[in-house]
Amino acid sequence: MTANKTDVIIVGAGVAGVAAGITLARAGKQVVIVERGSYAGAKNMFGGAIYDYPTKDIYPEFKEKAPIERVNKTHRYMITDDETAVTVSYNNEKSQTSYTVIRAKWDKWCVERAVELGAYYSPMTVVRELIVNDGKVVGIKTDEEEFFADIVILADGVNSTLAKQIGLRENLKDSEIAVGVKEVISLPKEIIEERFNLTDGSGCVTEIVGAPMKGITGLGFIYTNKNSVSIGLGVNIDELKKHKLTPNDLLNQLKEHPSIAPLIKGGELLEYSAHLIPEGGFNSIPKLYGDGVMVVGDAAMLVDNVHWEGTNIAMMSGMLAAQTAIEALEKNDFSAKMLSLYEKKFKETSFYKDMKTYKDVVKIVHDNSYSFLSFYPQKINEFFEMFTESGYIPKKSLYKRFIKNFVKKRNIKGLIKDVINFAKLFIGVLK
Amino acid sequence: MEYKNTDEKLQTVKSSPDVVSHLVPNKEDCRTCENKSCQYVCPAGVYEWTDWDDRMLVKFENCLECGACRVACDKQSLVWKYPKAGYGITYKQG
Ligand SMILES: Cc1cc2nc3c(=O)[nH]c(=O)nc-3n(C[C@H](O)[C@H](O)[C@H](O)COP(=O)(O)OP(=O)(O)OC[C@H]3O[C@@H](n4cnc5c(N)ncnc54)[C@H](O)[C@@H]3O)c2cc1C
Ligand code: SF4
Ligand code: SF4
Repeated sequence: MTANKTDVIIVGAGVAGVAAGITLARAGKQVVIVERGSYAGAKNMFGGAIYDYPTKDIYPEFKEKAPIERVNKTHRYMITDDETAVTVSYNNEKSQTSYTVIRAKWDKWCVERAVELGAYYSPMTVVRELIVNDGKVVGIKTDEEEFFADIVILADGVNSTLAKQIGLRENLKDSEIAVGVKEVISLPKEIIEERFNLTDGSGCVTEIVGAPMKGITGLGFIYTNKNSVSIGLGVNIDELKKHKLTPNDLLNQLKEHPSIAPLIKGGELLEYSAHLIPEGGFNSIPKLYGDGVMVVGDAAMLVDNVHWEGTNIAMMSGMLAAQTAIEALEKNDFSAKMLSLYEKKFKETSFYKDMKTYKDVVKIVHDNSYSFLSFYPQKINEFFEMFTESGYIPKKSLYKRFIKNFVKKRNIKGLIKDVINFAKLFIGVLK
Repeated sequence: MEYKNTDEKLQTVKSSPDVVSHLVPNKEDCRTCENKSCQYVCPAGVYEWTDWDDRMLVKFENCLECGACRVACDKQSLVWKYPKAGYGITYKQG
């Protein structure tokens, strides 16, 4: 053991890296976690919610001790047209599975737990390159120094320049990556609870499809924090290029939507932020290992792109990579063959299976973005407009007119195509 | 206070910019680039084509380090790096 050599180096103190670090520290292994931000979370942004599973396996005390904003007991799905919205709301006061957190606080708390258990933590350190010897990863190069380890775990997030360096990842495709923007808007606790119809300490997650992203693959979101509301959206990069739109303009439009504006009215902007989201899903997962190296979390594109869940998969992949590293250290074998065990373990998880189930969903929606994300959201809203209005025209003729219009706007061929695509979605999911 | 444009919104982000840019477009490629997609995808309005100077202005001090421009670059020739340790953004509400 030399001064600059350790068992395992982890690049990135995001949710995946710290889950790996804490698992290794618990097992008494020497682990160094390297983070480019001045603290863990300083460079990170998400919606966001973290989930009970697998968080509680890694941080058993998190519900009592971690900096949690709210427990999400209400989930809303909003289908928006330009001026109107159809909202489905589900409430379960007993639910204890989803929690809003702020990354600057959450990531910091997690890394502190890892340090308590013996991990060595080095913030404000940018890893520029991996050191590769005979095709085997043996260490890292920062702006100033070189460090060596038996195993390097890449937890450096969606932009992973390191996975690309060693050929585990290609250039990112613009159709497989979304850019997310978010505003955190401060509001008094009581006002948040009143506007979102919440009991003390509980939260609401809102997902939005349709306007202002009509016909564009993208998703809007609203999360409630203790004393603030996070509102944002994610849009595929190829869509922004094609429609010559900026994410900030879309966010401004979302905030002005008549059904959304009252929720954030009078609040003050605390912080604007942006981050990428891997949207490629199952089909974009690369090989997860090489000689002396494993890739976890966003660096390996491990995001459930239908539900936009990434933190749970990131934590799980970090934990499994660490468990594999522990076995490898005991056998003193750091070969690709040994580390392939991590990929095998990951393929047995429910997360991998879910990603497989949804493998074509986003692609089908993307390829049919007009019908799925513009035409139907609009028609659903028009239906409710007709259904709720009372006037001098009898309802029956309104219904007839609606159907006639529906078929006129989307001819029989188009409708059949949509039915086939809907069927494909369901068959794909159930198969 | 209602902020709309990115310059106003960026005032809410704590940042300590370096003196040299961590984002370096390829001058020749930008000149002949038809779409100049970096201008649209950037959430911080970092890229601005300057006709009189025939080059892409890079307001790197506004960068949120997201990576969208790197993915979007029509010629895949933008040299994109993270800022040096201690520089760049520090989120408090991410
Ligand atoms: C807008 C948006 C909304 C989202 N909403 C949700 C949600 O509600 N729920 C959910 O579960 N998921 C959500 N996600 C996805 C989730 O945030 C990610 O999947 C998750 O953060 C991935 O964790 P990670 O540890 O792999 O990567 P990250 O959290 O990105 O961590 C990577 C870490 O590595 C560091 N790093 C990178 N490069 C280097 C380097 N070269 N040297 C040193 N350090 C480096 C970074 O600073 C960072 O701390 C959302 C994502 C976005 C963008
Ligand atoms: S997209 Fe790339 S090549 Fe085109 S203008 Fe922008 S940086 Fe230059
Ligand atoms: S990294 Fe993101 S914020 Fe920075 S210039 Fe590129 S697109 Fe803009």
